[in-house]
Amino acid sequence: MSTPVLDVRGLAYAYPDGHQALYGVDLHVHPGERVALLGPNGAGKTTLVLHLNGILEAGAGSVRVSGLEMTKRNLADIRRRVGIVFQDPDDQLFMGTVGADVAFGPSNLGLRGAALDARVTAALEQVGMAEYADRPPHHLSFGQRRRVAVATVLAMEPDILVLDEPTANLDPASRRELADILRSLDVTVLMVTHDLPYALELCPRSVVLSDGSVVADGATYDLLTDTELMRAHRLELPWGFDPRTTGRPEPAPPRRGPDGLVDSTATRPSQGD
Amino acid sequence: MGAGHGHKLHFHGHSPVHRAPAHLKVVALLAFVVLVVATPREWFWAFGVHLAVVLAVIGVSRVPPSYLLKRMVVEVPFVVFALLLPFVAHGPHTEVLGVTVSEPGLLGAWGLLAKGTLGVLASLTLAATTEPHDLLAGLERLRLPDLLVQIMGFMVRYLDVVTTELQRMRVARESRGFSARNPTHWPVLARAAGALFIRSYERGERVHLAMLSRGYTGRMPR
Repeated sequence: MSTPVLDVRGLAYAYPDGHQALYGVDLHVHPGERVALLGPNGAGKTTLVLHLNGILEAGAGSVRVSGLEMTKRNLADIRRRVGIVFQDPDDQLFMGTVGADVAFGPSNLGLRGAALDARVTAALEQVGMAEYADRPPHHLSFGQRRRVAVATVLAMEPDILVLDEPTANLDPASRRELADILRSLDVTVLMVTHDLPYALELCPRSVVLSDGSVVADGATYDLLTDTELMRAHRLELPWGFDPRTTGRPEPAPPRRGPDGLVDSTATRPSQGD
Repeated sequence: MGAGHGHKLHFHGHSPVHRAPAHLKVVALLAFVVLVVATPREWFWAFGVHLAVVLAVIGVSRVPPSYLLKRMVVEVPFVVFALLLPFVAHGPHTEVLGVTVSEPGLLGAWGLLAKGTLGVLASLTLAATTEPHDLLAGLERLRLPDLLVQIMGFMVRYLDVVTTELQRMRVARESRGFSARNPTHWPVLARAAGALFIRSYERGERVHLAMLSRGYTGRMPR
């Protein structure tokens, strides 16, 4: 198979205060995949995300991005390749205008002049926000700010788009518009979310992170219909939503691992919450 | 929330004053304020000329005078001080409307009031006719150190975010039956201020992470 965009092996991490957040995480994402990263609050999802572009340094194990080792020398390149869209767009949009903000990443990569303008316009067009380039971000609606945040990352032409809770605080129409945009993009996606119907809609494959380790990795449909797995890891479908009524999305993705779902609840004692 | 309201000091328009390059306006404002401050306060006629200049610029800018007048409340503390001056200053006394006041105090009050008002009015006119980010670009063209411009840029960007946060915290307090009426309530306000500081600090950290994630190395792109 091709070189994985993300190749995380045995990643463990403890915060400086001693709190261990990750216990040996393995995760592979291949080009063109859309993968959802599911898990209850406090499972270590955000900690994992911050390892993907080298903001946090692995305590043990390794992270490779498109075959690149996570070293100081590769850091700038890796940060271009892994585009993280953070949860609060106000954290991500810090420049005076939408256009300047989208230009921030590419100009850090050394782009100038017409090439930079073209990159900015292209990224804003991909999220349908091109006519807002001169507006200050705080004048936009929340849904628009989220779309601009996606554009700021697309402008760096990343190998993989990592979205942290993309649907948080979005109204249903903005949520659907974002789904349309994500579907239209020709880019690998890793999406951290609690929004399980959204995961089913957009991501053929899901990975469940619980208490700092990967406890399941497989077709989203299979995971969401595995009641026992769901209950064991505090994952709940919204009331009235049953994946069986929507049916298995086509085409079905290949399963990971020799025996399909990996369930490691037995290997580690539960934390008793 | 967040959409559709401009900065509170800016008045949208297309007059020649609005269109003038921001760095020229900053230099003009600075020169004007220096001139006003340097004018001896006994030259009463000169202040009439200064006022005429400001009023002429406001006239050309088409910013409604009432718009600027309302925003002149920032001057109130100085006005109060100026009004007290004739009563507390020393020196020979005279009578005005049957009240004994200090003569140098009266002159000092006049000077403070005239110079302060002209300065505030001129600054408000600049703020009303210049978008914040144009102003920053202007300061950059005037070779203000990069770091200072960055800091001001972040201030402009996050002012609304932080005020909204403050507003939300106030609404949340009042929804639980609290309103600050007397000094015994001040500790609550102090804790709220502390919480706001922590939140803003943490937001600063998150913004920094977001900047690093997009390849920030300490220099803002131009």
